[in-house]
Amino acid sequence: MFLETRNLTKRFGGLTAVNNVDFSIEQGKINAIIGPNGAGKSTFFNLMSGFHSPSSGKVFFKGQDITSLPSNKIAKLGIARTFQTTNLFEQSTVLDNVIVGHRLRTKSTLIDAIFRTPRLKHEEEQCREKAMEVIEFAGLKKVEDKLVGSLTQEEKKRTAFALALATDPEIVFLDEPAAGVNPEETEGLAELMEKMVQNSITVCLIEHKMRMIMKLADKIMVLNYGEKIAEGTPEEIRNNPTVIKAYLGGSASA
Amino acid sequence: MKILKRQYIILAMLLFAIFFPLLTQNEYLVHVMTLSFIWMIGVYGLNLLAGYTGYLSLAHAGFFAIGAYSLGLLTVKTQMNFWAAFVLALVITSVIGFLVGLIALRTKEHFFAIYTLCVGYIIYLVIDKWDSLTEGVRGLIGIPAPGNIGPISFQTPLSQYYLVLSILLLSVLVMYRIIHSLTGRTYIAIRNSEELAQTIGISTIKNKLAAFVLSTFFAGLSGALYASFIRFIGPDIGHTVITFDLLTYLLVGGIGTLSGPIVGTVLVVWISQQLQFLQDYRMLIFGPVLTLLVIFYPRGIVGAIASWNNKRAGRTKQLALKDTQKDDRFASSEIAPENQVKEG
Ligand SMILES: Nc1ncnc2c1ncn2[C@@H]1O[C@H](COP(=O)(O)OP(=O)(O)OP(=O)(O)O)[C@@H](O)[C@H]1O
Ligand SMILES: [Mg+2]
Repeated sequence: MFLETRNLTKRFGGLTAVNNVDFSIEQGKINAIIGPNGAGKSTFFNLMSGFHSPSSGKVFFKGQDITSLPSNKIAKLGIARTFQTTNLFEQSTVLDNVIVGHRLRTKSTLIDAIFRTPRLKHEEEQCREKAMEVIEFAGLKKVEDKLVGSLTQEEKKRTAFALALATDPEIVFLDEPAAGVNPEETEGLAELMEKMVQNSITVCLIEHKMRMIMKLADKIMVLNYGEKIAEGTPEEIRNNPTVIKAYLGGSASA
Repeated sequence: MKILKRQYIILAMLLFAIFFPLLTQNEYLVHVMTLSFIWMIGVYGLNLLAGYTGYLSLAHAGFFAIGAYSLGLLTVKTQMNFWAAFVLALVITSVIGFLVGLIALRTKEHFFAIYTLCVGYIIYLVIDKWDSLTEGVRGLIGIPAPGNIGPISFQTPLSQYYLVLSILLLSVLVMYRIIHSLTGRTYIAIRNSEELAQTIGISTIKNKLAAFVLSTFFAGLSGALYASFIRFIGPDIGHTVITFDLLTYLLVGGIGTLSGPIVGTVLVVWISQQLQFLQDYRMLIFGPVLTLLVIFYPRGIVGAIASWNNKRAGRTKQLALKDTQKDDRFASSEIAPENQVKEG
C-alpha cells in the first residue's frame, strides 16, 4: 500500500474532528476527499502530513510508520502539501519563493555560506534549476519575477503547487486548490493536476467543487462529522444514498 | 544600473570610514565613531535573529555583557593572553546562547520576546549581584587594550578605530554571505511562515537555534570589543536599556535589511550626540519619532529608500511598457511599497 491510515482519530477537547478513519491512497492516481464544511478534511490532511499528531491510529507511507514523525521529516520522505489558505511570502518574487522549496534536498550549512564553498554554489544552482523547472511545469514562466503579492489567486495557487513540487515529492496533498478561482481557471488547475499524475506524482486533494472532482478523481472518500461515510469511484459516490443524504441534509456546499 | 549605483554608495561609505579619522582630526569624534562600529556589530546580531528569522530577542544586552565580562574577567583575573581570552569570550557567549536558545525557542512571538526579556534581566542581575566574581556595582577596571597582532599594536585610539572597523567589515561580509545563501533563504522562510517552512522540509528547530547562537555570537563579539575599547565595564552594560538602544538603531535603520544596522546606528548615535544638552528629555523627541517611523516605515530608513527607488523604477518601467503591454494589470509600481525586504 502506498499511503495508508488505520483507525486515525483526532480529538480537539470534546470535539472529534477525525473519527476512526481507514483510508488508502493509490499510487499514481488522483485521490479526493470531499465532505461538508467542518467535516474534518483539513484535519485529516494535517494528520497525514505530520502537522497534528493523532489522538489514536496510525499512518503508513510505503510500509513505514510515519505517525509520530515531525512534518519536516515527512516532507523529506517525499510527501508535500499546500494549505487551504496560501501563506506564501507575498513581498518576494515567485522564483525566490520557490527556490527554497528544494532546500531539503541540499546539505550546505552555515559554514558553507560563510566561506561560499563550491558545495554551496553548486547547491544554489541546483535549487535555482529545480525552481525554474517546477515554475515552467506549473505554467508560471511569465510571472516568475513578479512579487507573489501582485499575482492573481490562480497564479498564487500555482505558485503554491510549484513550491510543493520543488521538494521532489512522490505525493502531494492539495487543500482546496481551486477555492476562489473562476471556472476557467479551475479547468487549468485540473489540467495541472493531471499533468502531475502523468509525471508519476500521486495527488490527493480536498475540494468542494463537485463538477471538477467528479471529472478529475479516480477515487473519492467522503467525510462527514469526522467519519468516513463512503469511498469509491466518482460513479459510486454519486449514487451513494448516504452521501446524498449527508450533502442534502447538511450544509450543501456542492 | 541600479547595482552599479549601489556599489558606488558602498565604496563611498567605505572610503569615508577609512579616511574619517584623518578628516576630522578630532579624537572625540573618532572615539564616538569607534563605539558606533562596536554597537553596529551587536545590531547585526540582533538583525539576523529579529530581522531575518523573525524572532525578536530582548536578551541581547545580556549577551553583550557576557562577551564583555568574559573578556574582562579572563584578562584581568586570570591574566590570560588577550586574543586567547577574546576567542574564549566568544565561545562562552555562544555556548550560553545555545543553552538559552534551547529553552527560549520553545516559545514564539510575544512569549519569546517576554521570555528573552526576562533572561536578559537575569543576566544583568547575576552580573550585578555576584560580587565575588564580577566585582558587582564597582565594575571591572584595568581591562587591557587589544594585544599586538605580530608587529601591529593597538594601543592608540587610531589603531583601535581601524581594528574595530576591520572586524565590522568582516561581520558585514559574513552577514551578507549568510543572507544571500541557502541558509539565509531558510531563515527568511521561517520568518515568513514557520508552518510553510516545515512542510517544505526545513527543520525549524535546528535553524532557529543556529540563528539564535549566531546572533548571540555577534552580541558577544560586540561586547568583547567594547570591554577592550572602554577598558572599564559595569553591570549597566547588560541592562535592558542597552537592548532597547540596539533595537532602536535597528528599527531606525531598517530591520531585515543589510545596511540598516549601519545607517540606524550612525544616525541615532550622531543625533543623540547633538541633542546631549537635552539630557534625558531627548527621549521626548526620540519616542514619538520612533513610533511614527515604525508605523509609517516598518522597514526603517533603508526600507523606505528602497521602496522609493522601486516606485521610481516601476513608474519608468510602466511608461516603457505602455504601448507594448497595455493589459499588464500588475505593473510593479502597484506593489512597490511592499518590496522592501530584499533591498538594503
Ligand atoms: N486546531 C484545532 N483546534 C480545535 N479545533 C479544531 C482545530 N482544527 C480544526 N478544528 C475543528 O475540527 C473540525 C474539522 O475542521 P477541519 O478544518 O478539518 O474541517 P474541513 O473539513 O477542512 O472544513 P472546510 O471545508 O471548512 O475547510 C471543525 O469543527 C474545526 O472547528
Ligand atoms: Mg479545510
